[in-house]
Amino acid sequence: MATDTKVSVLGKNERKLITDPIDDNNPVTVQILGVCSALAVTSQVYPALIMAIGVTLVTAFSNLVTSMLRKSIPSSIRMIVQLLIVAALVQVVEMLLGAFAYSAYEMLSVFIGLIITNCIVMGRLEAYAMANKPWQSFLDGIGNGLGYGFILIIMAVIREISGKGSFMGWKVLPSWYIPNNLMVLPCASLFLIGVIIWVQRARNQKLVDVS
Amino acid sequence: MGDILNIFIKAAFIDNMILSYFLGMCSYLAVSKSVKTAIGLGIAVVFVLAITTPVNWLIDFFLMKDGAVIPGVNLVFLRLILFISTIAALVQFVEMVVEKASPALYNQLGIFLPLITVNCSILGASLFMVSREYNFGQSTAFGIGAGVGWALAIIAFAAIREKLRTAAIPAPLRGLGMAFILTGLMGMAFMGFMGINPAEYMK
Repeated sequence: MATDTKVSVLGKNERKLITDPIDDNNPVTVQILGVCSALAVTSQVYPALIMAIGVTLVTAFSNLVTSMLRKSIPSSIRMIVQLLIVAALVQVVEMLLGAFAYSAYEMLSVFIGLIITNCIVMGRLEAYAMANKPWQSFLDGIGNGLGYGFILIIMAVIREISGKGSFMGWKVLPSWYIPNNLMVLPCASLFLIGVIIWVQRARNQKLVDVS
Repeated sequence: MGDILNIFIKAAFIDNMILSYFLGMCSYLAVSKSVKTAIGLGIAVVFVLAITTPVNWLIDFFLMKDGAVIPGVNLVFLRLILFISTIAALVQFVEMVVEKASPALYNQLGIFLPLITVNCSILGASLFMVSREYNFGQSTAFGIGAGVGWALAIIAFAAIREKLRTAAIPAPLRGLGMAFILTGLMGMAFMGFMGINPAEYMK
């Protein structure tokens, strides 16, 4: 990378790599990647927050590592190499959570391991990191992780407040509020993400599905 | 026996992989445009789940339990890496077997077979089997049940989506938005299975 003259640390393009996936190119609502876990961990804010941090870390570092190795990975076995890089990183995240955030580790259970097959990670590796420089790939990973986290937090806040009347475990709504149990059930997250996509596309006409 | 049947029914209907754990959502949304391809992918997933879950159980039991290989060494930290490698290898293997044994089915499944490696429901089933501490028979039943449930959901969804093509849906909701709301409605319908316990009837 030393021979590159135009590497800027945080130029306009680099900032765009981070901000673009938050709205216009959101991994969950526009690229349809990583939907599985986005729906499953959002019944409360705290596990959703931990999950968002975990996915951001894994995406960023797997992008970085893959991008550094991109010239030496033979294309016929690249899927397996990528999977192994991701699996090793996820294992590290899982052990860190087990050591420092045990309650979240319990709540997320299998979904931490499932970051391996989270399509955001694999999708960004294939679409970005295999063809770009390490620093840009790292930023792309952070941007996509943040875009994913953004949707996760919106959903978790709505679901926890309306479904349990609490926020991060604290009661925030007065006692006359009867918690709407439907919002904690799995199907509510599907309705909610449908509505989020509806609102986003109504605001941003160029995302509308023409077919 | 009732226990095994119970796990099967529970995995297929009550704790459905798509509708209550949202696993394998990506291919579920991408491959549900026509019933025919949905059936192909559904069969492939049942096939792979029925093989990988018991095989991963064997690996977990004989290689990774505390002191299973080297006394005093716990290899559980290798679990995710070994599981995903087994799945990738088995999918490759299944692909080769299907190609030799039945070229017709192979052509029908086409690109869906290799893509199954990154279908979260496969790895998810193996991880659930570990966290629920199933034995060998139970994890086989769980694998098949989870696959059947997944196939059922994607086929039903594809059929609804085919009918929906002519419906007048507001433009921003068309496609993805409606697909999610529909899945939510299906999930609510599947909640009707909750509380069924086949072991009770067999007494």
